[in-house]
Amino acid sequence: MSTIQTSMPPGAAMGEPSAWARMKTNRNFVALWFMLPAAAFLILFLAYPLGLGVWMSFTDEKIGRSGVFVGLENYEWLWDDAIFWLSVFNTLLYTIVASAIKFAIGLYLALLLNRHMPFKAMIRAIVLIPFIVPTVLSAIAFWWIYDAQFSIISWSLIKLGLITQNINFLGDTSWARASVIIANIWRGVPFVAITLLAGLQTVSPSLYEAATLDGATSWQRFRYITYPLLTPIIAVVMTFSVLFTFTDFQLIWALTRGGPVNATHLMATLSYQRGIISGRLGEGAAIATAMIPFLMAAIAISWFGMQRRKWQQGSDQ
Amino acid sequence: MSSVQIRDVRKSFGGFEVLHGVTIPIEDGEFVVLVGPSGCGKSTLLRMLAGLENITSGTISIGERVVNNVQPKERDIAMVFQNYALYPHMTVADNMGFSLKLRGARPEDIKKGVARAAEILALTPLLDRYPRQLSGGQRQRVAMGRAIVRDPQVFLFDEPLSNLDAKLRVAMRTEIKELHQRLKTTTVYVTHDQIEAMTMADKIVVMHDGIVEQMGSPLDLYDKPDNQFVAGFIGSPAMNFLNGHLKSNGSVYVETDNGAKLPLLTAPAASDGRPVVYGVRPEHLELASDGIEAEVIVVEPTGSETQIVARIGTQDIIAVFRDRHEVNPGEKIHLRPRASAAHLFDKDTGRRL
Repeated sequence: MSTIQTSMPPGAAMGEPSAWARMKTNRNFVALWFMLPAAAFLILFLAYPLGLGVWMSFTDEKIGRSGVFVGLENYEWLWDDAIFWLSVFNTLLYTIVASAIKFAIGLYLALLLNRHMPFKAMIRAIVLIPFIVPTVLSAIAFWWIYDAQFSIISWSLIKLGLITQNINFLGDTSWARASVIIANIWRGVPFVAITLLAGLQTVSPSLYEAATLDGATSWQRFRYITYPLLTPIIAVVMTFSVLFTFTDFQLIWALTRGGPVNATHLMATLSYQRGIISGRLGEGAAIATAMIPFLMAAIAISWFGMQRRKWQQGSDQ
Repeated sequence: MSSVQIRDVRKSFGGFEVLHGVTIPIEDGEFVVLVGPSGCGKSTLLRMLAGLENITSGTISIGERVVNNVQPKERDIAMVFQNYALYPHMTVADNMGFSLKLRGARPEDIKKGVARAAEILALTPLLDRYPRQLSGGQRQRVAMGRAIVRDPQVFLFDEPLSNLDAKLRVAMRTEIKELHQRLKTTTVYVTHDQIEAMTMADKIVVMHDGIVEQMGSPLDLYDKPDNQFVAGFIGSPAMNFLNGHLKSNGSVYVETDNGAKLPLLTAPAASDGRPVVYGVRPEHLELASDGIEAEVIVVEPTGSETQIVARIGTQDIIAVFRDRHEVNPGEKIHLRPRASAAHLFDKDTGRRL
């Protein structure tokens, strides 16, 4: 056995590694580099347009002419604009009614699809169809369904003898509002249903068996087991659902363009009409920016909702 | 508390029968363990008793009442699940009080019932915790607490210890047995672990392929197994089986294919030359110069005892000794079965002779 050489020249490699060498092996530093491409992408395509939009809302920019800073003038103008406030009302009505009904139908469908039944996989696939069809395509279908002359609904009701003349679905303000809400619900239910179904399947069947033996009726099993265990996923899916509904544009634009008499104008469609079609970019940007507080509020509600569930966080006391 | 009668119970899933007419009488206050390999139908039988599975034919009665068509919640039973099935969003106290709450009990009565059960199981300091803040053993105890609070006619346990580590399993075994001695509630306990069955049961029911192989007290099953399956299932390490032919020319013994003579005290009459299986437990083999020659394959010392795996001809045999022997793999040893502890089984049917 030979002795191992341990002596080193003084001050050589065994000493403190250089700052650069330490940096190279620091996991956080490496992670930073790996995050850069994604961060660059997000900054370029999300943060920059958002910032630009907010900035634009403080200018009087028009298409083809760069604007100058006008402070809150756009907002002051909107404050006195009845059509803007109508669009805020429409957006809130549209979002609240459609989201609530989407949640109710989605949850019901999810509970139904979670049962054992024949052709389960096929039925689940069918439920997803409204979600897969491009929005504009389904909007055109609804356009026909709601058509003043050729509506299949009017036709059926007349044949059944329930009404005597066609319903003017998209021409009457109340009917128009109801019609776009129904179209939005039709499109949005699959997302809610399938996401809640995924949540339902994470609930262990033995919990239901235990509850059954504990004496729970099927309503009590839903009330005390399913619903509380589903709340985290409900919070997430409803946040998304509210955000999508609040910012909806395609469906309205394809069906009514905000009419009749602005009855279905949402903030998004009004922003587009004022900013792009009329060319007043600054004013359009101000309407779009005005949506931000509402969206932040929706996110905050679900975030604080999740904070309250101690059983999930599981902090050891 | 109640007796339970399981009479000629059958269960089919689709056209496939998994229980072929099972009859088990369970006395009031008895601790019965259903034991068998996986797929033998023991859990299915327990779930039928709980009302979680339909009964295809036959009857199950709890007390005087036939419960075939009685809803689970009307059966007055409590069950402890293998994965505990604790409600993750409820505290320990809420988990335990849930059945009382559903029954519409007053809050102060719920509190009292939970406190009593918590005291029995030493859960009082944990009542405000959530299940995920508990260790495996604590969760197990909460699951039992949930059953105790109900004060049911029958406790059902479905492999309750299989998710625990070995040491905790032994401790919980004692705890469950002690609990039963204290509460004296009729208990049906399902496990695949024969040690659990042996240590806890008043009566063991050995099941295999949807039938009851044997029913009896732990030591009955150990001393007088009805057939080769029970003999091999009960006891650890498992009983050794050696194939051979019965000889009764003057003295009785079993001769193996390679000529080794295995001693017997008595033999069934007029059975010279009959093919049999000779069974002897590892602890009933001793080292003796007039024994059968065997080659040592593996030596496994556990401290308190030594296990030796040896080969006689082509058949492996396990022997367990309380005292320490200096043997090495490859050595020849001589093993002598204790004639009084030998078991004899029919080669074809596996039945005890």
